[in-house]
Amino acid sequence: MYQLKFDEKRCLACPDGACLVQCQYLKYEADPARKEMVKIFRGEDSPVLQDCVTCYACEEYCKRGNHPFYLINERRENKGILTAPRAITRQWIHIGEPKGKYELGRIGKIALSFGFMPQLKEITKGRLFDDVMPSYFFGQEFFCNVVYIHFANTKVFKERLPVVIENIHKLGVEEVVFLHDECYAAFTSLAPAYGMEVPFKSVHYFEYLYNRLTALKDLIRPLNVKVVYQRPCSNRLCGDSHLFVRKIMDRIGATLVQRTYQDETALCCGSIFRAMYGYDLMADVQGRNLEDMAQSGAEYCIFNCHGCMNALSPLVAARGMTPLHLIDLCRMAIGETPEGGR
Amino acid sequence: MESIVQALAGIVGKPYVSASAEERYFYGRDPGLMPAHAPDYVVLPRSVEEIQAIVRLAGREKIPLVPMGAGMSLSGLVIPQRGGIVLDMKRMDGILKVNEAARYAVVEGGTSTGKLHAHLNRYYPRLRFSTPDSPAAATVAANVMIHGQGRLTQQQGFNSDMVSGLEVVLPSGELCRIGSCALSDDWFSKGPPLPDLSGLFLGWFGATGILTKVGIKLYPRKKMRDVEIFITDSPDFVPGILYELTHTEMAEDINIFAQPLPLIFSGNHHIVIYFTGDSAEEMEFKKRTLFHALDGFIKSKDGGFMTVGEGMKKTLLDMPQRSATTFADVTKGGGFEYSGPIVPIDRYPQCSRKLDELAVKYDLKYHATARIIDKGHAMMFAFSFTFNRADADMLNRTRMALSEASEYALSIGGLFWKPTLDEQRIALEKMDPQTARLMKRIKEELDPQGIMNPGNWEGI
Amino acid sequence: MKYAEILHRCFRCGYCKFTLDYENFNCPPYRKYRFDTFAPGGRMWLIRAWLNGEIENSERFQEILYSCATCGNCVEHCAFTFRENLVDIFIAAREEMVNGGRIPPPVRDYFKAISIHGNPYNLPAAQRSSWAADLPVQPYDGQEYLFYVGCVGSYDERGRKIAQAVSRNLIRAGVSFGILGEREPCDGNEVRVLGESGLFEYLAETNIALFRQLGVRKIITLDPHAFNAFRKEYPAFGGDFEVLHYSQVFSRLIESGNLKPGNFAARVTFHDACYLGRHGGEYEAPRNILRAIPGVELVEMRQNRANALCCGGGGGNFFTDILGGEGDSPSRIRVRQALETGAEILVVSCPQCAKMLEDAIKAEGLDGRLTVADAGELLDASLRGH
Ligand SMILES: Cc1cc2nc3c(=O)[nH]c(=O)nc-3n(C[C@H](O)[C@H](O)[C@H](O)COP(=O)(O)OP(=O)(O)OC[C@H]3O[C@@H](n4cnc5c(N)ncnc54)[C@H](O)[C@@H]3O)c2cc1C
Ligand code: SF4
Ligand code: SF4
Ligand code: SF4
Ligand code: SF4
Repeated sequence: MYQLKFDEKRCLACPDGACLVQCQYLKYEADPARKEMVKIFRGEDSPVLQDCVTCYACEEYCKRGNHPFYLINERRENKGILTAPRAITRQWIHIGEPKGKYELGRIGKIALSFGFMPQLKEITKGRLFDDVMPSYFFGQEFFCNVVYIHFANTKVFKERLPVVIENIHKLGVEEVVFLHDECYAAFTSLAPAYGMEVPFKSVHYFEYLYNRLTALKDLIRPLNVKVVYQRPCSNRLCGDSHLFVRKIMDRIGATLVQRTYQDETALCCGSIFRAMYGYDLMADVQGRNLEDMAQSGAEYCIFNCHGCMNALSPLVAARGMTPLHLIDLCRMAIGETPEGGR
Repeated sequence: MESIVQALAGIVGKPYVSASAEERYFYGRDPGLMPAHAPDYVVLPRSVEEIQAIVRLAGREKIPLVPMGAGMSLSGLVIPQRGGIVLDMKRMDGILKVNEAARYAVVEGGTSTGKLHAHLNRYYPRLRFSTPDSPAAATVAANVMIHGQGRLTQQQGFNSDMVSGLEVVLPSGELCRIGSCALSDDWFSKGPPLPDLSGLFLGWFGATGILTKVGIKLYPRKKMRDVEIFITDSPDFVPGILYELTHTEMAEDINIFAQPLPLIFSGNHHIVIYFTGDSAEEMEFKKRTLFHALDGFIKSKDGGFMTVGEGMKKTLLDMPQRSATTFADVTKGGGFEYSGPIVPIDRYPQCSRKLDELAVKYDLKYHATARIIDKGHAMMFAFSFTFNRADADMLNRTRMALSEASEYALSIGGLFWKPTLDEQRIALEKMDPQTARLMKRIKEELDPQGIMNPGNWEGI
Repeated sequence: MKYAEILHRCFRCGYCKFTLDYENFNCPPYRKYRFDTFAPGGRMWLIRAWLNGEIENSERFQEILYSCATCGNCVEHCAFTFRENLVDIFIAAREEMVNGGRIPPPVRDYFKAISIHGNPYNLPAAQRSSWAADLPVQPYDGQEYLFYVGCVGSYDERGRKIAQAVSRNLIRAGVSFGILGEREPCDGNEVRVLGESGLFEYLAETNIALFRQLGVRKIITLDPHAFNAFRKEYPAFGGDFEVLHYSQVFSRLIESGNLKPGNFAARVTFHDACYLGRHGGEYEAPRNILRAIPGVELVEMRQNRANALCCGGGGGNFFTDILGGEGDSPSRIRVRQALETGAEILVVSCPQCAKMLEDAIKAEGLDGRLTVADAGELLDASLRGH
């Protein structure tokens, strides 16, 4: 079975315990933070196992190559500590179950992955994608199954992810551009953390977009709009891909306005919190996030994940901002009229 | 025969009488599973006077008379067991008045629930009635006749509790008004503070008279409406969840569904909570209150609020819910039927387990749906099976599963809802004999010749 | 029978007989007869019963099948996934009946007239172009468009006026077009929907061969019924032409500035033809014409577009008149709906609708209160003297 790579010695020597110190939901000083991680690693009980809300952020905060959240997830599963109501977990496991209903475009050497997000099919239109389209794949057969780490569960992705890797490999692609963070994370963070081989190159679509916009720069008419960006939980698992957001905005002449909850301090959209913990946590996080967005004076709130978008669009709109997927904003910049932009 | 056709034609006009094989075929069955029996005549009256004349004719000639709305009750209640006349009421589809201030409407005996819904939408956007999820063609009169339930049943009780007056053609042909409308032209109460005579007709399936007008209470319609779904993995938690939800008094309607297909629903019980409001604040307040009511279940991980996607939301908010009807085509077979007993809400777990068992035993596709009645005094629990109309063996298995479900429900203290003739017989047998005798006396007094929807509430 | 495997899936729930919002019943024969047997669900159950030998091919059954106006309301509103095929099913059942040889006499007469005379009026082909006698309309000879007029536009008095008005507009806009005149065969749309698939096949092949021979690439039809046959049925026989209804042509000409409507002050309402609207998906082109005429005030009937009530002429009923008659015939109900809007003109975009509704106005005694005009005629009237 796949084993999580986690080096206890790094924690013992850790200068800052950043994982828990920076955590937005738990309060730890550096020293207890380190100790707590070590305890968790050793299989001892820890309040963190009860209180962590699965925001994924500590995976990013740890700069020493450890996997604090993956570890928390492992230990919870061992101890049977549930994060989500059983029915919610069950439903999600059913959602991800392969049903032979996948869709393939004309697959080339490079392909777009829509994972299991049907909305992605709708937005990957126009010049930005005519380089690769219609080389794409979609369906549960290609669903990364990372979401289950919200649910104190490693079993599902340990079973399914190797099959997904094999499914993609069988398509004969050399390079996959992932349009969903979670999928990108599966192959660049989770799989390596568990020693799974990934026989293709994974590219984050931010990078792809940035390169396409550079290639199409003659078409760009600067948008001159102020935007805020809603960073999703799974982007925490995607290395420094988030830095592309600012670069992309610069490219299309949009101003990414400074606000409190961005980059490392981004706040969860609340939809997972709602399902797992109910109203208060969701309302608190959404309330602060929305207030912060509104303060910034932005005209658009741009999204990267459709989960966030579903959860926040009505709230964003109620605050007078236009919710839009980042891709749609880029399409507007090159003179296209995406559905979402109308 | 010919002379009856002529006599009927003399009453309603020739185009509106048929003794043809086509109408006799169609009106001799319903979409459910009860055996067919053809009527001799199908008649489409347009007025109260016509109905009175038809009833008198039927009385003289001792011809059975079966009123019919849309025939959607599925349990054979409109199949003319002894032939005779089927009276298709749907030409009498007027909306006679809406009293906005006193919040009631008066409709004719064949007005569809869809039409009333549309009429209020258009002309009285601040009023609504308790729309059931039966196909829009289903009639208001039949719906209250069978003690139906609708969107406001969780708050207000059975749709028949919301009747505010009746006009009935008695089996003698006399016309009779029930409720405040018997004293004035105000239709605000079906009886109280006087003796409530509506019970002589409601629930009798037309066996004691034909409803020609129905007063139906209307209720405030808020500007906004939304839905959330709380899911749990065990039926045992359902009654407790319902208790907490109904305690809030914040929900419009509460339904439950559980079904094995599609896979996303498998293994869970879905408690669908509708709520309404006139402002974003009101909506948020209700939502918060409803969520908080279930915090305990969330904490113990026994249940949680699932994400309801846009598509699903649209399906659920639809009124009537078309998806209730399209269940019939799950096996591409055009049929479904349910046994829908009214049971106390604490029997949900037993019913749910029984349904799972029956589905396996008879190898059928199924779903459970339930609607909470009157803040949790009871619920309608539907043991629903979908079947292929072209598959005789499947039809049989479905019949057996349904009858076993009904018997089971009775054995755990439930009451049959819109019972088939067999179920009516079983209920009468189980009933306190004094009660059954009282029913018999009422029937004999009102319909001494036994011509009105014969077979129903008979046999004691 | 084609589609027989779908029949048993009908739940007879009746969604199909309503408008989308359930305000009204909208299946024309159901509106007239009010027996559920005359609603789509009734047809489904009875066709099945007939195929199973539970009922026979009686006059009543023929009436039930042939009163369907193929209006497509049920296709629009049935709750089930097989709804797309409902009209196909009813046509297939008629085919079955035609093959069995026992059909209503007016239907039989219709087929006979088409086979012998090439038109339902039993008139000589030579008269086909007489409507254009006083107009500078050329025979088709390689012009950009073939203007296909059809039987109603060629022979029916009311239809001919519309054909003339439409032609005048085409001429004004400088459209290059020609007509077939006496060479024009029947398009066969009604033949097909009345269930004579063999005759339809023959007509389609004849038309296609003729069009090809003449080098026709683009067709403007007067009648939405022909529009339907050419667009939807002819491709199966190899007929790939660009087909436009005249309202689409005018709408484009107006938009491009090549046709500038004049003033015409009137309060009007618009009746959607089933074969242009529900079957053709074109609800806007005729409305665009109306909106472009200064002075025209368009008030919609409650039942419009996909919820429009058929005039009762579809499905061959224009010729067989099974749906006609009493006060609850669809055309008369439709006229009353139009009157409710307060309009003085009921605008149509189909010669069959025009005739049906004009007759209904007379029957309702509404002469002088409401008149029928085709959108092409209204446009023509606005341009008189231009
Ligand atoms: C998909 C589906 C969903 C449904 N959902 C619901 C639901 O949510 N809530 C609900 O309550 N029901 C529901 N039903 C059951 C039923 O369809 C409805 O209760 C409906 O209102 C019955 O109306 P109808 O006109 O079809 O009745 P019918 O079947 O025509 O008649 C029912 C009974 O009333 C008698 N009757 C009819 N008209 C008169 C009259 N004027 N005077 C005297 N007696 C009369 C008939 O003789 C018969 O005994 C559903 C059914 C289906 C198929
Ligand atoms: S997980 Fe990383 S940040 Fe946390 S204590 Fe260990 S080394 Fe430090
Ligand atoms: S996942 Fe989030 S909540 Fe949990 S410990 Fe890490 S940073 Fe804190
Ligand atoms: S055709 Fe469709 S909508 Fe009409 S009765 Fe049949 S299933 Fe119902
Ligand atoms: S096509 Fe029109 S006339 Fe024919 S059954 Fe459907 S709704 Fe009725």
